[in-house]
Amino acid sequence: MERLRSLLRPVTSVPLARHLIVALVALLVVMAVIGMSSQYLQTRYAEMAYFAIAAGGLTLLTGLSGQLSLGHGALMAVGAYAATLVLERTGGESLADVFVALLVAIGVCAVVGVVVGVPAARLHGPYIAGATLTLAVAVPRLANQWDVLGGEQGLQVPVPRASELPAWIQDLIWFFTAVEIDQYSFLAYLGWLLLALTFVALANLSRSRVGRRWRAVRDDDVSAELAGIHLGRARVVAFTVSAMCAGLAGGLMAMNVRLTAPGAFTITLSLTLLAAVVLGGLGSLTGALIGAGVLAFLPHFATDLGESFGLSATQAAEVTPVVYGLVLMLVILLAPAGIVGSLRPFLARLSATSALGSTKEKTT
Amino acid sequence: MQQFLDTTLGGLVLGAVYAAFALALCLIWRSTRIVNFAQAAMAMVTTYIALTLINADVPYWVAFVAAIAAGFGLGAVIERVIIRPVEGKAELNAVILTLGLFMVLHGLTAITFGVQHRGFPAPVSTNAIAVGDSSIGITPFGILTIVVVAVVMAGLVVLFRFTDLGLRMRAAAFNGEVSRLLGVRVGRMLTLGWALAAAVGAVAGMLIAGGDLVNPAFMDPFVIYGFIAAVLGGLDSPLGSVIGGLILGLSLSYVTGYIGEHLAPLVALGILMVVLLVRPSGLFAAAAARRV
Repeated sequence: MERLRSLLRPVTSVPLARHLIVALVALLVVMAVIGMSSQYLQTRYAEMAYFAIAAGGLTLLTGLSGQLSLGHGALMAVGAYAATLVLERTGGESLADVFVALLVAIGVCAVVGVVVGVPAARLHGPYIAGATLTLAVAVPRLANQWDVLGGEQGLQVPVPRASELPAWIQDLIWFFTAVEIDQYSFLAYLGWLLLALTFVALANLSRSRVGRRWRAVRDDDVSAELAGIHLGRARVVAFTVSAMCAGLAGGLMAMNVRLTAPGAFTITLSLTLLAAVVLGGLGSLTGALIGAGVLAFLPHFATDLGESFGLSATQAAEVTPVVYGLVLMLVILLAPAGIVGSLRPFLARLSATSALGSTKEKTT
Repeated sequence: MQQFLDTTLGGLVLGAVYAAFALALCLIWRSTRIVNFAQAAMAMVTTYIALTLINADVPYWVAFVAAIAAGFGLGAVIERVIIRPVEGKAELNAVILTLGLFMVLHGLTAITFGVQHRGFPAPVSTNAIAVGDSSIGITPFGILTIVVVAVVMAGLVVLFRFTDLGLRMRAAAFNGEVSRLLGVRVGRMLTLGWALAAAVGAVAGMLIAGGDLVNPAFMDPFVIYGFIAAVLGGLDSPLGSVIGGLILGLSLSYVTGYIGEHLAPLVALGILMVVLLVRPSGLFAAAAARRV
C-alpha cells in the first residue's frame, strides 16, 4: 500500500493530473450507469449534469469569491437563447452544430458576465442580491419584447438524432456500455462529459493563483488589496467564469427541454440554484454535485408525496419550491456550512488518523 | 399631451404603492440591518387572507383591517422565530434566509389557495374618472391608493417623531447596547419594527390587488421594485424611500407607456445600477462609512 502510494505520488501531487484522473474514473462509472438506466432516469441524469454545471459556477462565485448571485437563472436563459438561435440557423443536425451552439452560448454569457460583473464587483451583501435578483426578473421578460426570441410560446430547439452521430462515437459508446446510443442517452453522455470537463477546469482554477486570490478577497478585502490584489479584477473574473458555466448549462438545458421559453427561467430557478449550492456547502464542487442531484430527483418525489396527501397536480408541483425554501432556511439556521462543509471536520479527522498511522509505520 | 398626463397619473399611483413597499423595507433595514426579500410574499399571504374573508361575505374594510392585523402578527412571529438567530451575523445569511422564506410562503400559498388567477374586489370604482366627455388616466381607486399611502406615512411620522414608543424604537435601532442599558426592551422593539413593516406591506398588497386578479405570483415584481425604490432613496431614510418610490413609479410608467412594458424591469435594473455606482448611499441618506 505504502509502495503504491509512493509510486503514485508524482501523479497525485499535481492537482491537474489528480483532477483529470478522478474525473475520468467518475465519467466511466457514470457512463456505465447511464447506459444501463431507463429513459426516464437518463433524462434525470442529463438534468443533473446541467444543474451541476450551473451550480458549480455559482458555488465558485459565492463560496470562493464571496459574491452572491441570484441572477444565474437569467444567465442560463441567455445561454439557452444563444444556443437555440444558433441551432435554428445551422439546423442542429450534427455534433459540430451542437458544440458550436454551446461555444456561442458560453461566449455570449462571458460577455454578459463582464457587463454585469463590472458593476456587481462594487456591490456587497443585500445590494448585490437585489441587483442580481432584478436581473433574474428582467432578462427573461426580454423574450416578449423581440419577435426573434419567440415571445411567451418560446422557440423549438432542434437536436441531432442519435443515428446521425459519427460512427466512431456510436461504436465507442457501444463498446463501453453495450447499449446502442439514442436521443436520451446521447444528451446524458454529452452533459456528463461537459460536466467532467467543467469541474476539472473549476477545481484547477480554485487550486491555482486565481483561486487563492478569490479566497483572499472573500476573507478580507482590505488585506487582499494591501497585498496587491486588484479587487475589482478578481471579482469580475470570478463573475465571468461563473457566467460562462451558467451559459453552458443554459445551452444544455435548451437541448434537453427542446423548448426555450421565458416561463422556464423564473425567479424560482435562480433561487433553486442557490438552494442547491447552499445545501451542498458553499464553495464545494462536490456539494454542487450533490445539490444538483437533489434538484434533478427531488421534484418527482415531492410531487408524488404531495399527491399522496390528496393535493391536485398543480398544487403538488408547489411542494418542491417549499422544500427548497425550507432547505435554504434550515441550512442557514442549523448548519451554515452545508452538507459537505458539515462533514469536512469529520472527514479531516479520519484522514488525520490514517496519516498518523502511516508515519508510525515509517518510523518502525 | 393626453397620454403624457395619463402615464404621469398612472405613475404616481404606481409610485405610491412602491413607496409603501420601500417604506416597509426601510423600517426593517433601520431596525435590524436586513433587507427583507420575503416582504412581497408576506404581503401576498395577507392579501389572500383578506380575499378569503371577502369571499365569505365579510365587508371590504373589515377584511382590509384583518389583512393589516394578519401582517402585524406574521411580521412579529417571523422576526421572533426565524430572523432573530441571524441578526448581527454575516449579511449573506440573512439574505439567503429571507429568500428561503420567500419560496416557502410562495409555495404554501399556492398549495393552500391554488395557483389560478382570482378576481379581487375594490371598494370604489376602478374605471377612469370622466371629465366632460373625455376620461383622465386616474381611477377613484387610484386616488384612494395615494390617500391611503399618505395616511400610512403620516402615521409613521407621528409614531417615530412624537411618541415615546417611536423614540424607544429609534433608540433600539440606533444603538442596541446603550438602549438596553437605559431600559429599552430592544428585542421587543425589533419585533415591533418587523410587525409594523409587515403591516405596511399588507396595506400595499391590498392596494395592488384591488380591482385586479391575484395569484401567488402577483406580488413577485414588487420584491425588486420595492427594493430599488428603497435603495434609490437610501435604505436608511423613510422620506427617501417615499420619494424613491415615486421616482421609480413615474419612470416605469413612462417606459411602459412609451417604449414597451417588457423593458420595464430592465430599465429598473439600469436605474438601480446607476444609483448604486454614482451614489451608493442613495439620494437622500447621509453618507456613511462601511466598517471593515
